[in-house]
Amino acid sequence: MATKETEHTVIIGAGQAGIQVADSLRAGGYTGAVTILNDEAPFPYQRPPLSKDYLAADSPGTVLPLRGPDFFAAKEITLLEAAAVAVNTAARSVTLADGTTLAYTHLVFATGAANRPLPCPGATLPGVHALRTLEDAENLQRALSAARRIVVIGAGFIGLEFAAAARARGLEVTVLEFAARPMGRALSATASDWFAARHRADGIDLRLHEGVAAIHPDGAGLQVESTTGDRYPADLVLYGVGVLPRTELAEAAGLATDNGILVDSALRTGVDGVLAVGDCASFPNAHTGSRTRLESVQNATDHGRHAARSIMGHATDYAETPWFWSTQGSLRLQIAGIYEPTDQAVVLGDPAGGKFSIALLRNGVLAAVESVNSPADHIAARKLVGRGIAVDPSTLADPAFSLKALAKAGVPIPA
Amino acid sequence: MPTITFAQSTGAAAEITVDEGTSLMRAAVTNGVEGIVGECGGQAMCATCHVYVRPEFADQLPEISDDEDEMLDCTTAERTEASRLGCQITMSGSLANIVVDVPSDQV
Repeated sequence: MATKETEHTVIIGAGQAGIQVADSLRAGGYTGAVTILNDEAPFPYQRPPLSKDYLAADSPGTVLPLRGPDFFAAKEITLLEAAAVAVNTAARSVTLADGTTLAYTHLVFATGAANRPLPCPGATLPGVHALRTLEDAENLQRALSAARRIVVIGAGFIGLEFAAAARARGLEVTVLEFAARPMGRALSATASDWFAARHRADGIDLRLHEGVAAIHPDGAGLQVESTTGDRYPADLVLYGVGVLPRTELAEAAGLATDNGILVDSALRTGVDGVLAVGDCASFPNAHTGSRTRLESVQNATDHGRHAARSIMGHATDYAETPWFWSTQGSLRLQIAGIYEPTDQAVVLGDPAGGKFSIALLRNGVLAAVESVNSPADHIAARKLVGRGIAVDPSTLADPAFSLKALAKAGVPIPA
Repeated sequence: MPTITFAQSTGAAAEITVDEGTSLMRAAVTNGVEGIVGECGGQAMCATCHVYVRPEFADQLPEISDDEDEMLDCTTAERTEASRLGCQITMSGSLANIVVDVPSDQV
């Protein structure tokens, strides 16, 4: 092992990615000191349930920690409740909010992302919520129990997960989306249209081509004015209009950024000893052939494992298959690979029955699979996409075809 | 209150007392049981809370749903007749003092 006990790896951020770096360093035998800076009290926790189970009427009411209470001490990982305010890459040091300075051998930015603010008048009125942190979710849980009419701005994953959770509680829910279809950046039109129809059938008033113009106070409540001039009364407004990577600290330290901190295929920035992982990192994506920044648990944890290997002197090219999931009421969406607008969509299974997948072909090759209530397809797809497997659309459309069988057959990897 | 015992392949075991309605996965993750990851937060999406339920508790378990069944085909450690996802087993009086074995690998 190349690591020395005199090394010190400092990780800025205690989300899925940051915690995974520390965990994988120890699992890999790293003997240097490891410090994680957590700027979000009280302890590192899982965000995904916050927009799903946590908001249900029968919510567990507690959040899941990312690791158990004894983990950090047992692994000799120092978890500091502290925000980093400056990085000096020449001196290899990080300054904390209280003025303390930490020297590092390796520094990992795992700073995540922040919600994109709602760019309209009234965006900061009481009753207008965003959802990212445990505190946000606690506020929403309280507000939901007193609300009757909900307006959701943005039909992305967060907006629709929230809308479905609110609808399941029997509330009136209107969703405004300025684009032509829900989850349009992430999903094929076929999948997106199917979700639109199902949410409408469940009683959600999904309004497409209709953004928000302003939010007005209205007695004890609010009124949302849309871009078509229509007005929707609401007791609670939730917006989910995308996120911005938290790159301010990296930029101030002189690191190159462009919608994320720029890293190479080993997740290293251009500055010696400095890496970036997870939501805040823009990396060369082997699956798209372009630079991407992904927001997902898979990306965070796989980046974490990969960065740990880089730190321990085993730098290789990151090539993990991206996958995503979303739970919207009873609808379970799982995606393997990354959709591109020019992909050819082939439906597998029975959309009317609510259990199907959509294979996305790019130049005749299986590039991504979207699965609805079909976990077996999804797991098979995770093994198949990104391997350059050429498939004939007519073979896929045959009812006898199964992704699981194809994955089990052990498809030869093209030379 | 019911208890869950998580037995490790090393022979170590952790007995955890939980409220009724708590899932095995939540109990394990909250208490830091080694070998239970629960990466998706309990959505039956990741198959990283795989456990082997001791046979004497088998007939008191909830039925395996189609989703759980499909995810169990994808566990890292081998699926057996005793395999379940910890997130899909909710503790109730009839499961008081359940014992499960934790697989060697989840990821």
